Amino acid sequence: MIVIVIGVLLVQFFRVQVLRSSDYKLRSESNRLRPLSVHAPRGTVFDRYGNVIADNVPGYAVYVLRESKESTREVLNKLRPHLELSDEKINSLMENMRRHQPLLVDTDVDFSAISVLEEQREYFPGLYIEMRPKRRYHGEAVAHTIGYVSEISAEELNSPRFAEYKQGLLVGKVGIERQYEERLQGRQGIRYLEVDANGRIVGSLSGIEEDPGQPGEDLRLTLDLSLIEWIHQIFPDSLPGAVVALDPADGSVLALYSAPTFDPNIFVGGISPESWEAINSDPHNPLLNRTVMGLYPPASTWKLAAAGIALDLGVVGPHEEMPIPCNGGLSYGGEYRSCWLPSGHGSLALAGAIAQSCNVYFYQLGMRIGLDRMLESGTKIGFAEQCGIDLPQESFGIFPSERAFWERRFGYRPLEGEVLSLAIGQGPNSQTPVKMAQFYMALARNGSAPAPHILDDRDPVEGWRLNISNESIDQLREGMRQVTAPDGTAHYWASLEHWDIIGKTGSGQNVQDPERPHAWFSSMAGPWDGDPEIVVVVIVELGISGATMAAPIAAKTADFYLRRKYGIPVDTIQTLAEHIEAGRPTPWARW
Amino acid sequence: MFRKIFAIWAGDSALVISVMLMTIFGIAMIYSAGVLNVPNPVTEGAWIRQSSWFVISIVVFTLVGCISVRWFEWAAFPLYGLSLILLFTTLLIGTGSGTASGVKSFIDLGIISFQPSEFAKLTTILALARYLATRPESPSTFRALITPSIIVGIPLGLVILQPDLGTALAFMGILFFTLYWAGAPIGLLAFLMSPAVALVLSYNNRIWALFFMIVLGSLYLYRYRLFLVESLAIVIANLAAGIIASPLWDSLAEYQQNRILVFLDPSVDPRGAGYHIIQSMVAIGSGGVRGKGFTDGTQKKLDFVPEQHTDFIFSVIGEELGFLGTGLALLFFCFILYRLVKIAEKSTDPFSGLVIFGILGSWLIHIFVNVGMTVGMVPVTGIPLPFVSYGGTFLLMSWIAVGITARVTYEE
Repeated sequence: MIVIVIGVLLVQFFRVQVLRSSDYKLRSESNRLRPLSVHAPRGTVFDRYGNVIADNVPGYAVYVLRESKESTREVLNKLRPHLELSDEKINSLMENMRRHQPLLVDTDVDFSAISVLEEQREYFPGLYIEMRPKRRYHGEAVAHTIGYVSEISAEELNSPRFAEYKQGLLVGKVGIERQYEERLQGRQGIRYLEVDANGRIVGSLSGIEEDPGQPGEDLRLTLDLSLIEWIHQIFPDSLPGAVVALDPADGSVLALYSAPTFDPNIFVGGISPESWEAINSDPHNPLLNRTVMGLYPPASTWKLAAAGIALDLGVVGPHEEMPIPCNGGLSYGGEYRSCWLPSGHGSLALAGAIAQSCNVYFYQLGMRIGLDRMLESGTKIGFAEQCGIDLPQESFGIFPSERAFWERRFGYRPLEGEVLSLAIGQGPNSQTPVKMAQFYMALARNGSAPAPHILDDRDPVEGWRLNISNESIDQLREGMRQVTAPDGTAHYWASLEHWDIIGKTGSGQNVQDPERPHAWFSSMAGPWDGDPEIVVVVIVELGISGATMAAPIAAKTADFYLRRKYGIPVDTIQTLAEHIEAGRPTPWARW
Repeated sequence: MFRKIFAIWAGDSALVISVMLMTIFGIAMIYSAGVLNVPNPVTEGAWIRQSSWFVISIVVFTLVGCISVRWFEWAAFPLYGLSLILLFTTLLIGTGSGTASGVKSFIDLGIISFQPSEFAKLTTILALARYLATRPESPSTFRALITPSIIVGIPLGLVILQPDLGTALAFMGILFFTLYWAGAPIGLLAFLMSPAVALVLSYNNRIWALFFMIVLGSLYLYRYRLFLVESLAIVIANLAAGIIASPLWDSLAEYQQNRILVFLDPSVDPRGAGYHIIQSMVAIGSGGVRGKGFTDGTQKKLDFVPEQHTDFIFSVIGEELGFLGTGLALLFFCFILYRLVKIAEKSTDPFSGLVIFGILGSWLIHIFVNVGMTVGMVPVTGIPLPFVSYGGTFLLMSWIAVGITARVTYEE
């Protein structure tokens, strides 16, 4: 009897301790260990000169680890005054609570609140404070380009791109943060908290190895942070608009600036309802990245595209004058189409037509190209596409790729005469500033245009190429040069002491305000007698005049960049107009 | 005088040394049970209090050894009566202890609190032995079992009223083993116990029905050795057990119901009543063959194991010393019980042998129920492990029992 009883016990102990021991070992670990993510710092983002655009500072996250719902709620209620928890917030947190998992209460608690909590630790059972890197953005000038991070959304969690991401992670939402999310993110590590039977945190665990994770990759961008800040400073305060500056040498992006801008730091750790309300109710929509998302009628700045296409097709010679001189307009198909100058420009060759922005010349150019070839070539250059910049959310250009476009959009078959509108940058044509900058970059190069890129080590993406001669390019540039030359419309506003700046103005008619067109200036600048070293495209919404509103911004942007590049001290008095107004002598000015 | 004490000590030195080692081992484990990550003043100092009780126990053991077995035989009924009075008193003014604070099992004497049911176990053994020793023949009929059943039944009933199921089980062990030594046929004893088994099995009608069939079948095979009335009584008792099970179930305290339910399936309530069993099994299982090392049990340290210095001390042994520790401890117990059988066999008078078998029955039930519950074989009943669990009265009473056996050996 005794032997049987003791034997039965021995057998049972043998089963539990020897045969099933590994099961129970595992359970004893999970019993007492609570996994916690270790947040690896996100990669630092630098500009082309090594200035920091985005980095990390120590931040504090607060967790609560309790075994039951009631005790969790109790602790949350005690934390209420310290962490500004609302009833809704507490309720939503309670819904997120999962047994045996620390509940993340707040990812961004400031140091003073943390010190209070630390002092009264006994009063908050199950409270765990974790140091976690917090994203910091340097300045709002570059806000649209860098973007921002915030907690991953439910939708994102379900998308294949974020299949390996976990709830509560901070992910890039827009901009570079989004584009290079996977490289910047790094890998989260894991650490174990040891708790006792009552859920009291005993400490960080010794024994099981903790995984520190992998910090995100640092990224170096081609942006010039000082240049962007300079643009932010000179851009008119009250008007929305955009500036794109490219380096024609390799298509790298020197500056992207969208006005109005915002402080991306407000998104870190969750945007407050007040800030969200403020930013959303702003009629100028500060979150819109106008450089890549804004679509504007390109107006006269597109005349260079028409000219480029004509030269590429060989339908016009660089010095050839059109048969019909401009006397203020042109009859076509029983319809009279006027030039902007009622008295007319007379007979013009390409350069003169660009400088004068003569519609009559470009009508005839359009007729020579023909509608079908215009659509084909315009599409080839990508006016109906994205330019391929490494930013998310880039808009597709609006440009008809075939005649059916009119039927789809407007419900009628296009007549051949549509080409006349297209040739002067009107008709169904809307482009992003970055797309226009890419086109002008081709003219600053040899007719080819790679996709603009922001990441420094990005492999160049082949763009498109206009098959035009150097002589033709010279004539196109000559046309733009006359815009800023004496007697040119932008001469007074855009001429620079040290640099040869050439460009094309444009006035984009829009539905917002028919009296006040969007002001364009698409330009390039470089040393005298050299190739352009910077392409700058500026659009100021409702800026009325490309020459007086947009051109000075482009000129000052180019001047700032080139002066720094060539070691000439930067001066706030840059353009001819500024010199005259400041009473400075201008021996360099040409009149 | 000293010679006599020495002789008592050396009477069955193997038993005394084994029991002493077991007590010291117990104190070591109680010490370990107090080593927690979040210190608890109650369990931390428990080993010191247990050590003092050990000293008292050794002294009392020696004194008991000086008392003739005849005196115990003479005093059996008065002591029995005293213990019944104490049990009654407990029901009136008793207090709980620790987590079992809803249970009235202690009498608070100011400095120390005292558990009359432990005392009652010993006196019941004595009374039962006294009664059976005076019978001219072995209790081979059912009728002969009635008086012994009543002797045990009264304190058992009082203990159930506390309510303390574990100790009640120990009383049944005492009855069974004493009657067995008195010569009652095993079959008869089985019939005697059958209503109790029927009561437990009635949680499931089919199992109960099956058991009832077995009882009927056995009765048929046994028909020539039982009176018809007796057979009828057994049948009726079994039927009654099945019928009253439900109202009896309802009369149980909720925590007792839970303990039984959870024993049947620990995962029913993993955070509530099943918690004890699960955590204890996790602790023991995670100890593996060699254990996590003395005082290094993580389950124990983090307070996952409930009542770890008292009822669940064996799970601390399992976690920290592994299968080697639990196996060795069980073999030690086996040896101690084996020594009791040997002493009983050698005893020259019926009273001594019966007392020793009563003690054996009580300890065996304690060991089986206590150790069994830590690995989920037996419902959690809150019954201590002899010599190892923390608890002054129980240690003292166990050592008094050792004293009596030592005296029995000495008198041989």
